[in-house]
Amino acid sequence: MTTDQSPLIRIADVDKTYRRGAEEIRVLAGLSLTVQCGEFLALMGPSGSGKSTLLNLLGGLDRPTRGTVEIGGERIDALSDRRLAGWRARHVGLVFQFYNLLPVMTAERNVELPLLLTHLSKADRRKHVATALAIVGLAHRTSHYPRQLSGGEQQRVGIARAIVTDPTLLLCDEPTGDLDRKSGDEILSLLQTLNREQGKTIIMVTHDPHASSRASRTVHLDKGQLSAAAPA
Amino acid sequence: MLNWLSQISAITLANLKTLPERRGAAVAAAVGIAGVVTVLVGVLSIAEGFQRVLAVSGSPDVAIVLRSGSDAEMNSGLTHDDTRLIADAPGLARNAANLPLASAELFVVINLPKRSTGTDANVPLRGVSPAAFDVRGNLMMLEGRRFEPGKNEVIVGAGAARQFSGLDVGKTVRVGQTEWVVVGVFAAGGGVAESEIWTDAAVLQPAYHRGDTYQAVYAKLISAEAFHTFTDALTTNPQLSIKAVRQSDFYADQSTQLVGFVKGIGITIAALMAVGALFGALNTMYSSVAARTREIATLRALGFGSSPVVVSVLLESLALALAGGVLGAAGAWLAFDGHTTSTMNWQTFSQVAFAFRVSPALLVQAILWAAMIGVLGGLFPAIRAARIPIAAALRET
Ligand SMILES: Nc1ncnc2c1ncn2[C@@H]1O[C@H](COP(=O)(O)OP(=O)(O)OP(=O)(O)O)[C@@H](O)[C@H]1O
Ligand SMILES: [Mg+2]
Repeated sequence: MTTDQSPLIRIADVDKTYRRGAEEIRVLAGLSLTVQCGEFLALMGPSGSGKSTLLNLLGGLDRPTRGTVEIGGERIDALSDRRLAGWRARHVGLVFQFYNLLPVMTAERNVELPLLLTHLSKADRRKHVATALAIVGLAHRTSHYPRQLSGGEQQRVGIARAIVTDPTLLLCDEPTGDLDRKSGDEILSLLQTLNREQGKTIIMVTHDPHASSRASRTVHLDKGQLSAAAPA
Repeated sequence: MLNWLSQISAITLANLKTLPERRGAAVAAAVGIAGVVTVLVGVLSIAEGFQRVLAVSGSPDVAIVLRSGSDAEMNSGLTHDDTRLIADAPGLARNAANLPLASAELFVVINLPKRSTGTDANVPLRGVSPAAFDVRGNLMMLEGRRFEPGKNEVIVGAGAARQFSGLDVGKTVRVGQTEWVVVGVFAAGGGVAESEIWTDAAVLQPAYHRGDTYQAVYAKLISAEAFHTFTDALTTNPQLSIKAVRQSDFYADQSTQLVGFVKGIGITIAALMAVGALFGALNTMYSSVAARTREIATLRALGFGSSPVVVSVLLESLALALAGGVLGAAGAWLAFDGHTTSTMNWQTFSQVAFAFRVSPALLVQAILWAAMIGVLGGLFPAIRAARIPIAAALRET
């Protein structure tokens, strides 16, 4: 792996605490993480350990209670809500466990959504959508609605939507968590291809050691801290 | 800007496409708004219809002369001499025979059964002078002929003929000791006269022991401007104690009170219903936002702004409200426009026949009410939608 450039992600000394009534839950405690461009990082850890919380901080969906989140040289924890929305649209692709497709839209229209935030013409948008759907192997299902697709196919649409704006960073929260082994494997292969052939930096939350084995590096989250080694 | 609009249209379309799944609540909200609009249009069309009748009743070049101090024919009284002096005043129009177009009239109220309910209601029975037909100018016999002077004959306004039973041509109406034969039915351009029964003043006077007195003189002027010459001459004449009003002003004044009252009632009822409909719309839109929390959070996660979310919720609410508004307005128009009825005119204590009038302005007003309910009903849910915390909403599966 090339390391001749500055890291894509640099998180330093991040705390995230949630309030639940009088109780304060410190989910992330002084956590630091550096991810290089082109890495495929698997993020593991017990349920409730804060994996999704960390991913949300990286995606600019939430803000740390303390500490800094720097992505591509930009302090995204310091951006206003409005600018953060624009930043998300340009720089991250999100893949969800339950796909989060809009049921009233066809695959094509779902994939087109992030492009509505760009200045592309309708014709250009259509071209980009077709390319993204071809990459995930769904060129033939463009006008199907989510309910007409299998779980694996819906997740492919979700991935196409995540890559259609060609972001540098893909954040995937348990992308195979709702799929059977075969469909899950296909999704993992697809992510691996995107990482290797398109140079996407991918961070993937997973519970499945089989899935994490496809990644280039695995980190564990427990008690608010990250560790590289597998827990004992 | 362009992509802001495309964000709005994408979200709004997605919202509207989920309407069928929420049709129960959506239809209930729209029907609530339709109800408000129907009531509003229905009641206000009464006011408009009534106003219309009185508006077409009066002409600016006709003066009504009453005893000074009275503001209605009912409590006015003029002697035969008064009426002669009035007929000689300057500014009066004259007919081919050079006779002044002034009609001395008197006015009694009789009871007749209404067709609709069979119960008695008041009808004005007006005794007129021969000039009355030329003074009014718009009188037209629809059926039969005019009454003959000196005979117990009456002609009946079209509105009265419609509202009261027993007023068909050829029938005899018995009032107290006197019998009147109906010899004709007339129109008067939709005005108040159509709600009256007319006979010869000279016949009515003895029948009601009125001697040689009248209550008003209806005078046709050379022009609307001649009114001032006419009134100045009369009011400066020491032999007379009278006042003159333009017929158009006379009826406009009569209508303001009743019209104001009816409008007040209509708007009050509609406003109360609007509060109910507003809660219906709020409820629908809150549940619509709740049902789409995850979708909205997903779109926000993809980078959609919060203002397109607000606008799209408002648009959805507005669309529902306008659908209800148009439905209600169309229903009210079909149900009420042209529906004829009569009501008490408090100035004459008799019935005035009129038709409900659903005017385009009224429809526009009603649609604006619907739009307002829609916007208000969508506003708070829209704000809630914009404030959905993205990360937390995405956790809720
Ligand atoms: N908005 C919130 N308000 C309060 N507590 C929260 C909130 N979000 C997360 N938490 C809590 O923070 C902790 C970490 O949650 P998180 O979803 O990050 O865990 P996770 O590692 O992704 O778990 P899982 O493997 O089950 O997805 C949990 O205890 C959760 O209840
Ligand atoms: Mg999680």
